[in-house]
Parts: sequence; structure tokens; C-alpha cells
Amino acid sequence: MVNDLVVDLSRLQFAATALYHFMFVPLTLGLTVLLATMETVYVVTGRTIYREMTQFWSKLLLINFALGVATGLTMEFQFGTNWSYYSSFVGDTFGTPLAIEGLMAFFMESTFIGLMVFGWERLSKAQHLFVTYLVALGSNLSALWILVANSFMQHPQGASFNPVTMRMELDSFFLLFFNSDAQSKFVHTSLAGFVTAAVFMCSISAFYMLRGRHLDFARRSFRIAALFGMLGTAGTLTLGDSLGYFAARVQPTKLVAMEALWKTEAPPIAFNVIAFPSQSEQRNLWAIQIPGMLSLLVTHSLDQEVAAADQLVEQAKGRIRNGVPAVQAMMALSADPTDANALAQFNAHRADVGYGLLVQRYAPDGDLTRITDADVDRAALDTLPEVWIIFWAFRAMVGFGVLMLGYFVLASMLTLSNKVHRLRWFQWASLLMLPAPYIACEAGWIVAEMGRQPWTVYEVLPTWLSASTHSVTYMAFSVAGFVLLYTIFAIIEVYLMVHFIRKGPDDGAPPGASPHASAVPAY
Amino acid sequence: MEIYLALKIIWWLLLGVLLMGISIMVGMDMGVGTLLRHVGRTDSERRVAINVIAPHWDGNQVWFVLGGGAIFAAWPLVYATAFSGLYVVMLLLLWSMIVRPLAFEYRSKRESPTWRNNWDWCLFLSGFLPMLVFGAAVGNMLQGVPFHFDWRLTSYYTGSFIALFNPFAILCGAMAVSMSVYMGGAILTNATDGPVQERARRAAMLAGILAMVLFTIGGLWLTRLEGYMLVSGPDPALAQTPLHQSVERAAGHWLTNYNNHPVLWAAPALGYIGALLGVLSLNARRPLFAWWFGALAWIGIIATVGAAMFPFMMPSSTNPSHSLTIWNAGSSERTLSWMLGFTLIFMPLILWYTSWAFWVMRGKVDKAHVDSSEHAL
Ligand code: HDD
Ligand code: HEM
Ligand code: HEM
Repeated sequence: MVNDLVVDLSRLQFAATALYHFMFVPLTLGLTVLLATMETVYVVTGRTIYREMTQFWSKLLLINFALGVATGLTMEFQFGTNWSYYSSFVGDTFGTPLAIEGLMAFFMESTFIGLMVFGWERLSKAQHLFVTYLVALGSNLSALWILVANSFMQHPQGASFNPVTMRMELDSFFLLFFNSDAQSKFVHTSLAGFVTAAVFMCSISAFYMLRGRHLDFARRSFRIAALFGMLGTAGTLTLGDSLGYFAARVQPTKLVAMEALWKTEAPPIAFNVIAFPSQSEQRNLWAIQIPGMLSLLVTHSLDQEVAAADQLVEQAKGRIRNGVPAVQAMMALSADPTDANALAQFNAHRADVGYGLLVQRYAPDGDLTRITDADVDRAALDTLPEVWIIFWAFRAMVGFGVLMLGYFVLASMLTLSNKVHRLRWFQWASLLMLPAPYIACEAGWIVAEMGRQPWTVYEVLPTWLSASTHSVTYMAFSVAGFVLLYTIFAIIEVYLMVHFIRKGPDDGAPPGASPHASAVPAY
Repeated sequence: MEIYLALKIIWWLLLGVLLMGISIMVGMDMGVGTLLRHVGRTDSERRVAINVIAPHWDGNQVWFVLGGGAIFAAWPLVYATAFSGLYVVMLLLLWSMIVRPLAFEYRSKRESPTWRNNWDWCLFLSGFLPMLVFGAAVGNMLQGVPFHFDWRLTSYYTGSFIALFNPFAILCGAMAVSMSVYMGGAILTNATDGPVQERARRAAMLAGILAMVLFTIGGLWLTRLEGYMLVSGPDPALAQTPLHQSVERAAGHWLTNYNNHPVLWAAPALGYIGALLGVLSLNARRPLFAWWFGALAWIGIIATVGAAMFPFMMPSSTNPSHSLTIWNAGSSERTLSWMLGFTLIFMPLILWYTSWAFWVMRGKVDKAHVDSSEHAL
């Protein structure tokens, strides 16, 4: 049977490498769009300062991009290397958006980023601008497709289990693509990327202001970024609300964890601003509440009920009992795909097959006839994810989101009235904002992915079953390898970023230097 | 012919096209990496070599990424079983490959010779190792891999990882490395001049000859290797799992297809002719021709393996009846159709804009160009 430690190490490795990938992705998503904006200004007005801005920021983009690509490679293959049962079980459906991402987005982004960097002298202004647009489009299309794939895991629609091939198969490409989770997720995540890039640019521009260097450059960059960030945060928060609304409907256990709701109450329900949830006691040890607020937030009304943990666990018990015959039928069908009785039994219970697989973890030798009521209760409790992490990660994301909104409102006002370069305290504040979008993004993914536990595909495929059957030694080796390699990468990247930020743009180049020196880059 | 059957075969051919794309385009960049320290003795010579592929390596690498995605979508069981079974080898491949983007992007960002020298070693390793592993993986597929499934289709790999580096696999790996060095040498010969060009040309000729020798040895070995044959199983046009077939394993089975359809000998012939004409073109200082002939050679080599294994994709050495074939490892009809639609739209587009990118960046890279942009990136 499956070794729990192997599953945990696989989760740890996936979490670490994915969170690491997402340290670089948001900046690429947003900065490419900001570059396209600045270059448009350059092409329309012909003012070379905007070309310098484009070129300087694209230098930083490239340092970041290299790591985005490197860590993305890991992700692309990790489903197969570490989640092999998951991959064969849902590859038919889940693999499709991943492949399309390659065809449609990665090829475009990666081919044109080469031209964007090396093509300044070989392309006309308009051609180069077009190439920059394609890079921005490519990176955001890649977000779209990967999030379509991810949303299938959160809300599996458009596919159903085929008992002949023993896996989920695609029923409707349209349902897969127009998953409403995917649509809000895409906009929320892309905008989160814009916010990240905006904060990044504001904070580095503020750094130059503090140092009294590159002032014209810094002021213009700051202005574009601040307005961009203002729109971005407003949008992110709006879409975040719709993600929460969506979770309430299709992933009630995730909502329970986000809001630490243990006991089902009559509406209107109070909102836990701060709480100390205890998983073992299934209650909050301590909480500060706002009456009625939760109903408003998650149901957009005052009289709808929201199921809390107690009710969901009870429901899960029923579904587990119903799922057991489905899994038994699945075993019969595996031996003989033409067994009509087994097929009928499977169809009668198919809605809960995932719950049957969930409890099989506790069945001695996988034999479902031998599970006890205690096993059912245990499996039902497993359907609740780890509440305190998700609760606090969610608050971190929202908290930093609101903070950034406030910051950008202020930043826009100050930059439009031309005051930023005189207010040192505000420049310092801008510099200190740099970690905020990164924390919010990582926290957001922790909510999304840990909130999905104990499933890899919500209510369909349990995590314990999804991992590859490696030995603990292999897993320890690979986790250690990734940690070592990625730590070295991080050190090099930060070192180079700081080096190039300190060096700054080439606006103060000594007279006589070729005006095109930075226009013909080479490795 | 039934649509589902046709789709399975089309996707098997498309998998071949992907492997060719990876070998030709990524292989070329990796060849440049492998050759870097040999063709470039000074820093600016090395930068010349790097800048030949600098605008393109990222786009080319997507062949590899797409390879992963497309196998996932079209052949999920192969994706799952192969990548988890060959775990340590895959890690070696990944770890060496993910150093490459950084090496390209970061190498010339500092003047320090130690810094650059270290990155040059990274470029060498991240060119040489992945190609070795890539070839060795194909070699293992030809021999069969020790895995089996349980009732649910969870796969279990039962071999050691050292066993993946057996002599036949290493031979295949060495051949992949020589082909990639050949292609890298050809592109360098085409886009540089002076000593870099001359060194690249000589290295490529040697590598081309070596590839032919290894291809011959591999071919002879293959005739003695234990091959696999599908004895019975569900109708190929039907949806199925690998749990209901019977497979026989014996020496010489990999030649069955060739014996039944002699026209297939065209594939190894193409491999030879491509490599031979390629080396001759290099000798005649026509590097562009040499590059295209090299691409033909790759096509021939991959087709040779495909023709021998058809319909097998990943035979199991410990439980041959659990072997993955074109008939039992593919996705559903609907998925294969959708994917085909997207491929038919986007593949021509990709080929078109990739060609455009090469055309925009055409011409020789020389020292003057590289030096004038010393402070640029
Ligand atoms: C700058 C970054 C940022 C900011 C300020 C916010 N978010 Fe967010 N959020 C993300 C960045 C992010 C993300 C990293 O992009 C996530 C991770 C997964 C996803 O789809 O987007 C995410 C996920 C995510 C999820 C989980 C989605 C799921 O269940 O799969 C919810 C419910 C919210 N967000 C809600 C909000 C709310 C209500 C916010 C503010 C009021 C908010 N987010 C601000
Ligand atoms: C880049 C942003 C992402 C981050 C930061 C992220 C984060 C995480 C984390 C923290 C886990 C561990 C959850 C746990 O085991 O408790 C996880 C698991 C996983 N995620 Fe994501 N994720 C990201 C994107 C995605 C996407 C886009 C997909 C699918 C296309 C995906 C698929 C998975 C899978 C298959 C697992 C492993 C199974 C599991 O533990 O449930 N992730 N991810
Ligand atoms: C866990 C699932 C994920 C996989 C398998 C994956 C795969 C990849 C791969 C293979 C690359 C390199 C492409 C190249 O060679 O050019 C990459 C880069 C990228 N990925 Fe991911 N990715 C994942 C999660 C995400 C998420 C959640 C997003 C966005 C929301 C995202 C957005 C991007 C972008 C924009 C790039 C471009 C390079 C960069 O950002 O620096 N990825 N990804």
C-alpha cells in the first residue's frame, strides 16, 4: 500500500517548487504588460526616455524570466514524476490545457522574447512594439491555460469517469474551458501579477528618488506604475470576492477553512476577523467577530444558510458509505470490463466514487469489506483541510491586498500632483511595500491548494492515492536536491537583481558613448 | 478505418514529430553548449558562439516543454509511467536542464572570469547530460522497463536506477550526444567565421562520423536484443487498458516490422544518407546544407526506432503483458480530436514565426558585434 511519508514528501516537494515558480511568474505577467505600455508611449510620442525605460525594465524582466522558465520546467514534468497516478487518472482532461498552453502561449512568449531583447536594431519601431505585445499576450495566455487546468482540479466539470479505461475522460471541452472558477481565477491572478509588477516598479523608482539618481526616469516610471497598480488592486479585490463567492458554492470545505466555521448557525452569520482555530477540538479557541458580516460576504445576502464543518462532516459520512460500492464495482470492472452487473452498480453510486477511494486508505489491504464505522468517521474528518493555515493565509492575502489598495490610492494622488519625489517618508514606504504582493500571491496559492485537500481533484481523487510509488529514499533525495539547487538560484538571482538595480538605467552615459550601446544586447 | 484508430496512429506520428523537434532544435542548442569550451578559447570567442543561439534557445526549448505537455494529454499512461519509473534519471535531466536558462541569461552579466568560467561549465553540462539521458531513455524503452500495474492502474517501478545506465542505453545516449554536437557544430559553422568556425566545422564532422558508427553498432545490437510482440489483446480501435493483452518477448522481434514491410528500411537509410551528406557538405564548407542534412538524419534515426517498436511505446520487461502500446495508452477519442484541432492550427503558425525569428536574426555573429555590446546585458 501507499506510504504516507512518500505522499507527504511529494506534497512538500510540489508545494515548494510551485511556490518557488510563483515567486517569478507574477512579475513576468505584469511587467511584460507594463513594458508594452511604456514602449507604446515611446512609439507614439517618439521620446527616447521611454525607450530607455523600456530597455532598463526589460533587463530586470529577463533576470526574472530566466528563473520563471527554469522553475516552470520542473512543474511541467512533476505531474508525471511525482503524481503518476494522478496523471494517468486525469491526463485525458487535465493534460489538454497544459499541452495547449505550450502550443499557444509558451512558444509565442519564448520565441518573441528573443526578438524583443535582440531585435531592437533589426526591427522597425512598429514591428518591435508588436513583438513586445506578443510577449505580454503570450505570458498572460499561459496563465489562462494553466489556470483552466488548475480549475479542473478545484471544480472538476467537463469530464466523467470511464469504467472501461479506469480514468476521467473529457466530455465537453467547453465546460472544461468555461469553468467559472477558471474565468475568475484567470483575471484575479493576472491582475495580481500586474499589482506585483506595479509595486516592484514603484519601489525601485522610489529607491532612485531616495538616492537622488535617475530622477526623470524614476518619476515617469513611478507614475505609470502607480496608476496601473491602482487599477490592478481594485480589480484583484473585486475578483477575489467572486472567488470567495464561488468557493462557497462549489468547495464548501475550503470556505469552512478560510473562515474557520465549525458550527452551522442560523443566518445571518458572524464573520471571524481573527480566530485561533483548533482542528482537534473542532472549534475556535478564541475569536473576534463582526455579526452578520459573513452572510453578506459569501452569499451576498442576509438569509441564506452556510454549512459549517459539523454539517459537512455528517454529509461526508453518507457519501463515503455510498462510495464504497462504487469502488468495489470499479475493482470488478478492472478485472472484466464487460461485467454488466458491476457496471450497473458503478453507475448507481458513481457520484461518490471519490469518497469510496478516500476511505480505502483505511481499509486493511485495500479490502473495502473490512472497513469499520470508525474508519468512516476518520475519513469524514479528513475531508476538512488544515483550518488554521488556510484561515491565516487568507487573512494575509486580503490584509496585504487592502494595504496595497490604500497605498496605490495615495501613490496615484501624490504622483498626479507631482509630490512623490519630495516626500522621503513616502519613498521609504514605497520601498517597504516590495514584499507585500509576493506575500499576498503566495498566501493566495496556499489558500487555493491547501484548501483543496484532501483531494487532488475535488471530491473525485484523493491526494493519498495520487502520488507516485517511490521509495522514501528517492523522495528525500529529490526534495534535498531541489532545495539545494533552488537556494543557489535564489542567491544568484537576488545578487544580480540588486547589482543591476544599483547600476541603474544608462541615462547618465558619458558623452561619446554610442547612443545605441544598450540597443544591441548580447549575452 | 475507424476514427479512433486513425487518431491513435496520427498521435503516434505526431509524437514522432515532437521528438524530432526536440532532437533537432533543442539538440542543436545543447550541441553548442557541449562544444562551447572547445570552439571558444577566449571569452569573446565563447560569447560569439553563445550569441549564435542567444535569440533562439528559449523558443527552441519549448519543443521540450510541449513534448511534456503533449505526451501528458495524448498519452497519459506513458507520461505517468515513464516519468515516474525513470525518476532519478528524469531528475538528472531536469536538474541539468534548468541550469541552462540561468547560464544563458546570467553568464555575461558580470566581467569576472571565474563567474563566466563556472557558467561555461554549466552550459557544457546542461548540453551534454540531457542529450545523454534522452538517448539513454530511448535505449531503455527498446529494452523494456521493469514496471507493472495494479488493478487501479497505479504503476510500480521495480528496477534500480543504475540499471537504467546499461551498456545499450549508454550507446544510445552517446549517439544522441554526437548528433547534437553535429547539429550544434553545423549551426556554429554557418553563423560564425575565423577560428571559431573552423573548430566547429571539424568537431561537427567528427561527431557526424561518430554518429554513423554508433548507429551501425546500435543497429546490429538491436537485431540481437529481446524485442516484444503483441500476441493478442482487445481490438485496437477500442478503448482499453493495458491489463487485458498478452505479449511475447524474444530476440529478433524488433525486426518483425522490417521483415514484414521492407519499405521501412528507408528509415535507417535516411539516417545514414543524411549524416553522410551532412559530413560531406561540411567538408565542402556548405554548413547550411549540412544543418538540413543533419535534420534529415535525425528524422531517419527516430523513424528507425519507431518502426522497430510499433505498436509498442513502453514495453515492460518484468510483466510484458502490461506493456504500453499505441492501442492502450492513448487518450479518449474526444481529447485526441480536440488536441489535433489545436495542433493543426498552431503548429503551422509556430513553424512560421520561428522561421521569421531566424530570418530576422540571420547573418554572422562576430567579435565586433559582441564587443560593442559589452555592457548591454
Ligand atoms: C497581489 C496578490 C493578491 C491580492 C491582493 C489578493 N489575491 Fe486572492 N489570490 C491571489 C493573489 C492575490 C493569487 C496568487 O493570484 C491566487 C492564488 C490562486 C488563484 O487563483 O489566485 C489567489 C487566490 C484567491 C482565492 C482562492 C481561490 C481558490 O479557491 O482557488 C480567494 C478566495 C481569493 N484569492 C480572494 C481574495 C480576496 C477576497 C482578496 C482581497 C480582498 C484577494 N484575494 C486579494
Ligand atoms: C504557481 C502557483 C501554484 C502554487 C504556489 C501552488 C501551491 C501548491 C501547494 C502549496 C500545494 C500543496 C498542497 C498540499 O499538499 O497541502 C500544491 C499541490 C498541488 N498543486 Fe499547486 N500550486 C500552484 C499552481 C498549481 C497549478 C496551476 C496546478 C495545476 C495545473 C497545480 C497542481 C497541484 C498538484 C497536482 C498538487 C499536488 C497534489 C496535492 O497536494 O493536492 N498547482 N500546490
Ligand atoms: C503547476 C503548474 C504549472 C506548470 C506545469 C507550469 C509550467 C511552466 C513552464 C514549463 C514554464 C517555462 C516555459 C518556457 O520554457 O518558456 C513556465 C513559465 C511560466 N509560467 Fe508556469 N507553470 C505552472 C504554474 C503557473 C501558474 C499558476 C502561472 C500563472 C498564473 C504560470 C505562468 C507562467 C508564466 C507567465 C511563465 C513565463 C515565464 C516566467 O513567468 O518567468 N505558471 N511555466
